[in-house]
Amino acid sequence: MDTISIHAPSVPSGGAKTRRRMKVRLPAALALLPTALVVLIVYIGCMLWTVRLSFTSSTLLPKLDWVGLAQYSRLFANDRFLTSASNIIIFGTLFISGCLIIGFLLAVFIDQNVRGEGLFRTLFLYPYSMSFVVTGVAWQWFLNPGLGLQKLVRDMGFESFTFDWIVNQRMAIYTIVIAGLWHGAGLTMAIMLAGLRGVDKDLWKAAKVDGIPTWRVYTSVVLPLLRPMVVTAVVLLTTGVVKLYDLVVAMTLGGPGIATEVPAKFVMDHLFERNNIGLGTAAATIMLITVVTVLAPWVYVRYVRPQGRHA
Amino acid sequence: MSAAVPQGRRPGRLTVGRIGVYAFLVTAALFFLLPLWIMVVTSLKPMEEIRLGNILALPAAMTIEAWSKAWSSACTGLECNGISVGFWNSVRILIPSLILSIMAGAINGYALSFWRVKGANVMFGILLLGAFIPYQVFLYPLVRIFSLTGIYNSLTCIVLVHVIFGLPTMTLLFRNYYAGLPIELFKAARIDGGGFWSIFFRVILPMSTPIVVVATILQVTGIWNDFIFGLTFAGRENLPMTVQLNNIVNSTQGERAYNVDMAATMLAALIPLVVYFVSGRWFVRGIAAGAVKG
Repeated sequence: MDTISIHAPSVPSGGAKTRRRMKVRLPAALALLPTALVVLIVYIGCMLWTVRLSFTSSTLLPKLDWVGLAQYSRLFANDRFLTSASNIIIFGTLFISGCLIIGFLLAVFIDQNVRGEGLFRTLFLYPYSMSFVVTGVAWQWFLNPGLGLQKLVRDMGFESFTFDWIVNQRMAIYTIVIAGLWHGAGLTMAIMLAGLRGVDKDLWKAAKVDGIPTWRVYTSVVLPLLRPMVVTAVVLLTTGVVKLYDLVVAMTLGGPGIATEVPAKFVMDHLFERNNIGLGTAAATIMLITVVTVLAPWVYVRYVRPQGRHA
Repeated sequence: MSAAVPQGRRPGRLTVGRIGVYAFLVTAALFFLLPLWIMVVTSLKPMEEIRLGNILALPAAMTIEAWSKAWSSACTGLECNGISVGFWNSVRILIPSLILSIMAGAINGYALSFWRVKGANVMFGILLLGAFIPYQVFLYPLVRIFSLTGIYNSLTCIVLVHVIFGLPTMTLLFRNYYAGLPIELFKAARIDGGGFWSIFFRVILPMSTPIVVVATILQVTGIWNDFIFGLTFAGRENLPMTVQLNNIVNSTQGERAYNVDMAATMLAALIPLVVYFVSGRWFVRGIAAGAVKG
């Protein structure tokens, strides 16, 4: 990949004056109208509606009464939700740090002027093109103790080898992490590699002249230079973590028991299967609050602060 | 170790460092290939061989029976018409969603970068923020709205949902691309008396090929791989391939036919894989361009 511009270029301001004079703006406004309606109705309206429903006692059908924070106190006393919340923290931490470490390592090794670079890159990234359902089904098959990896190693002569994480209450969430890493590490690699290719070549010459070991240059000089790439990757991976649903449904269906339940699945189940709209929307609202809390600093740094400084 | 110099010509000398580099890369490549390998060989084996044999081994008695069964007679719940039903549903969902969402993105991007409409940037800002909000926050009210208008659980419904949730990325993609086009071009077209639509169709759209390609890659894989929208909005008659695959694999009673499961999985992965291998570097560019949304 040549250059990857992630930062949104702003509309050139040179033609601003000319454009302000343009009078025939009605068609432009009309063209934007459908999107404006979607923003109003879906992005704002539905969001507020969900938040409002979380303060009601709605079960199968939505009601518009007011029960205060009753759903929230039920939510935080709900085992399934607490497991979901702790699972998403475990998954998020391991998945994001794992993707960053593996992605960075893969990018660094690919950047060693190796033969077959294109092939390696293709092989590392192809899982990302496939759906989470495909990923989940494939890993479910490979990790099932009866016929998969465990049997394979046992047949090789290690009779007591045990790898039953996927059916083990305590370990199942980590199999989701493994499948997630397989799916997403290549993407981080691609982003990091684009960053590495942007590093000034003179830097390497200088480091060589000074006799600094390569690994030191990577950890102390290159890694800090890759900060924007790391931020992009983290944002991208975080949105993936919040969405985590299909992978779990396809791989473990939340089981064994409730061992791999996640918040997105909790919401879906309560809204569409368990007929508990109040509790489901309360959980959705908690997801919303979490995302806003996590993203607010990033949005501030990325969009608000630069304008304040340079304008 | 002097081996690790990233740029410049290096002769093919094999040092310990070089071997280490290749060993790491090959191991990693094997890890990434493993599930695909297992899927392919499993799908080509008869069930007896799967029960007794080695999961990694090549099929001894290769058969494509599982593939034809997966395609045309595997059971997705009560019906047993195979995953082909899901395939065609996905195609029927994909094509209108793709065309409409790209058109919407192009028109929005054009209006946002060349025309000044009051409040347009505020709208765009909210749209971008909306892209980060978990879908679960919108789903229930959307279901109610669609039920009230009578289109819930239909092809129209699922297409609309894909267009709605594709808006942020598509608009961003086209807006950024058009922001990079020379403004003089637009000014000249205005002086020649072009209106909003005539400039769009005669000047801007013909110059949009690269970004349309990127948008197509992004949307084809995104829409094809979608699970949650298909499950929620498409209705029983239009379930996309991902949902059908999950039904085949996870709702089987009795002994599971792993070879059929894996053949169905490969079939479901086929279109995105083809898009990936054909598009090459464009694929990465697509993800990166849509990275703000993710």
